[in-house]
Amino acid sequence: MKQNRMVNILFVAPCIFAFVMIIIIPFFFGLYFSMTDWNGINNAANFVGFNNFRNLLSTPDFLYSFLITIAYTILSIVFVNIVSFTLALIVTSKLRRRNFYRAGFFVPYLIGGIVLGYIWQFLLNNILVGIGNSLAITALQTSFLSLPNSVIWTMAVVNTWQYAGYIMLIYVASIQSIPASLMEAASVDGASYVSRVFHILIPMMANAFTISLFLTLTTSFKQFDMNLTLTNGGPATRFLDVPVKASQLLAMNIFSTATANRMAEAQAKAVVLFIALLVVSLLQVSINKKKEVEM
Amino acid sequence: MTSKSRAGKLNRLPISPGMAILDLATIILFVVFMIPFGMVVLNSAKTSKEIIFNAIALPSDWSQLAVNVSLIFNNPTVDYLGAFFDSILITAFSLLVIILFSSMCAWILVRNKTRWSMVLFMAFVAAMVIPFQVLMYPLVRWMRVSGDFMHIRLLGTIPGIVFAYLGFGSPLSIFVFHGFIKNIPYELEESATIDGCSRSRTFFAIVFPLLQPIIVTVLILNGIWIWNDYLLPLLLLGSNGVVQTIPIAVTAFAGAYLKQWDLILTSTLIAMLPVIVLYLFAQKYIIKGMVEGSIK
Repeated sequence: MKQNRMVNILFVAPCIFAFVMIIIIPFFFGLYFSMTDWNGINNAANFVGFNNFRNLLSTPDFLYSFLITIAYTILSIVFVNIVSFTLALIVTSKLRRRNFYRAGFFVPYLIGGIVLGYIWQFLLNNILVGIGNSLAITALQTSFLSLPNSVIWTMAVVNTWQYAGYIMLIYVASIQSIPASLMEAASVDGASYVSRVFHILIPMMANAFTISLFLTLTTSFKQFDMNLTLTNGGPATRFLDVPVKASQLLAMNIFSTATANRMAEAQAKAVVLFIALLVVSLLQVSINKKKEVEM
Repeated sequence: MTSKSRAGKLNRLPISPGMAILDLATIILFVVFMIPFGMVVLNSAKTSKEIIFNAIALPSDWSQLAVNVSLIFNNPTVDYLGAFFDSILITAFSLLVIILFSSMCAWILVRNKTRWSMVLFMAFVAAMVIPFQVLMYPLVRWMRVSGDFMHIRLLGTIPGIVFAYLGFGSPLSIFVFHGFIKNIPYELEESATIDGCSRSRTFFAIVFPLLQPIIVTVLILNGIWIWNDYLLPLLLLGSNGVVQTIPIAVTAFAGAYLKQWDLILTSTLIAMLPVIVLYLFAQKYIIKGMVEGSIK
C-alpha cells in the first residue's frame, strides 16, 4: 500500500511540478505585477494598488484596441461559422471527391499564424493591387490593408481562411452523428433541403455550435501571430483625438506596451483581457447550453 | 487518364442539375482556398525583379526555386537550417514528455479516487481558460529567477522551453487522456495486480499500449501548436539567441529583407512544407485527432 502511494506521487509529480512552475506561479505573479510599477528594466516592483487599471480607462490606444478586438471577434465568429457550416454541408453531401475537399479545406489550419500573415500580406499588397493596376480596377488599386476601415474586415477574412477548415471538421462530425434516416424521412414528407437544414440539422447540432462558437470566440479574442505579420498594427488612424494603430488588437497592444518597457501596464491590460475573455466565454457557453436543452 | 477509368465515368448515373451546380461551385471555392498556396509556390521560383514585374505570371525559370532555397539555407544573418533542426528537436522532445507524463498523471487521477485527484483535475481544467498573455512576462521573469536559484539555465535553452511546453501542454492533454482512461475497464488492471504485476508495470505494460489511439490525438493537437508557436519561443529563446525556431527565423528573414518577397515567400514555403507533407501521409489520423481533441 505504501509502495502504491509512492508510485502515485511519482506519476503525478512531473506534470504537477511543470504546471505549478509554468502556470500557477506566473499566474499569481501576473496578478500581483498588474498592481505594481514594474518596468521590466530592473526587478523592482512597488505595490501601487489599482492605479494601472484606473489609468487604462484614460488610455485611448488601449480602449481602441479593446473595441476593435470586439469588432474583429464578432466578424470572425460570423464569417468562420457561416463558411465552415457551408463547407460541412458540402463535404457531407453526395458530391464526388468530397473526402478530397474535406482534407483540402483543412490545410490552411496547419501552417500557423506567422507564416500565414506574410503570405496574405503578399497576396493583398502585391497580387491584388497588381491585378487592380493591370485591369484598372480602382477599388483594388489600394491595398485593403492600408485603409483603417477595411483592415479589420480583411483580417477577419484571413482568419476565416485559416479556421474554416478546422471548424468544418467539428460540424462534419456532428452531422455524421445524426441518423441519415431523419433527413430522408423529412425529404419523403416533402420538406425542402433548406427547411430540412434549418428544422432538423441545426437543432440536432446544438452541441457542435457551442463548441465552435467557443473556439472561434477565444481564438479571435487572443489573436496575435497573424496580426503581427499581416499588418503589424497598421495603418495609422485617430481615436479620441489621439493617433492610434488601426489594426492593433488587444494581444498586440499588450505586446507593444511590454516592448516599450511598461511591464506593469502591459500586465494590467493582460488581466483585463483575461477577465473579459472569461466573462464573455462563460456567457456564451451558458446561453448555448440553455439553447441545447430547449432544443 | 487510363481508358478503364474513362469507361467508369461514362457508366456513372447521370448527375442531377443541382448536383452539377454544387460540383462547379465547390471546385471554384476550392481553387480560391488554394490560391494562396499556389501564389507562394509560383513566386518562390522567381527573382525579386520578376515578382515586381508580374506576380501572377508563371516563373520564367523554375530552377530559380533551387537558387532561392540555397540563398536561404546559406544566409549569413539568419541560421535557417539551425532553426529548422532546433524546431524539430523542441517539438519532438516536448511531445515525448507531454505524452509520457500527461498519460501517467491522468491514469493516477482516474484510478486513485480521492478528493485530491478531483481537486487536481479541476485545477488542470480551470487553468485552460487562462490566456497566455497573462502568464508570459511573469513567466520569463520567474524562469530567470528560479533558474538562477537552481543553477539551471531555463531561458535560451532547449530543456527550458521543453519544460515550459510540458507546463502549457499538460492540462489539455491530461483532460483528453482522462476522458479516455475512464472508459478502459478496470478489471484488466485488477487481474494484472492479482498476478503480481507492480503498479508502475501495470501502467507501462497494460494501460499505456491501450492508449495508442488517443496518443495520436494528443500528438497532433500539441504538434501543430508547438511547431507553429511564435510568442513562447520568442520570449524564452529571444529573437537572436543560440536556439531558434522556424517561426522566429521566418520573422527574422522578413525583418532583414524587407519586401524581398522572393526570399520571404521561399522561407514560408520551407516552413510549411514539413507539416503539409506529414499531413498528406497521416491525413486520416490528423482529421480524426483534431475532431476528437476539440469535441472532448
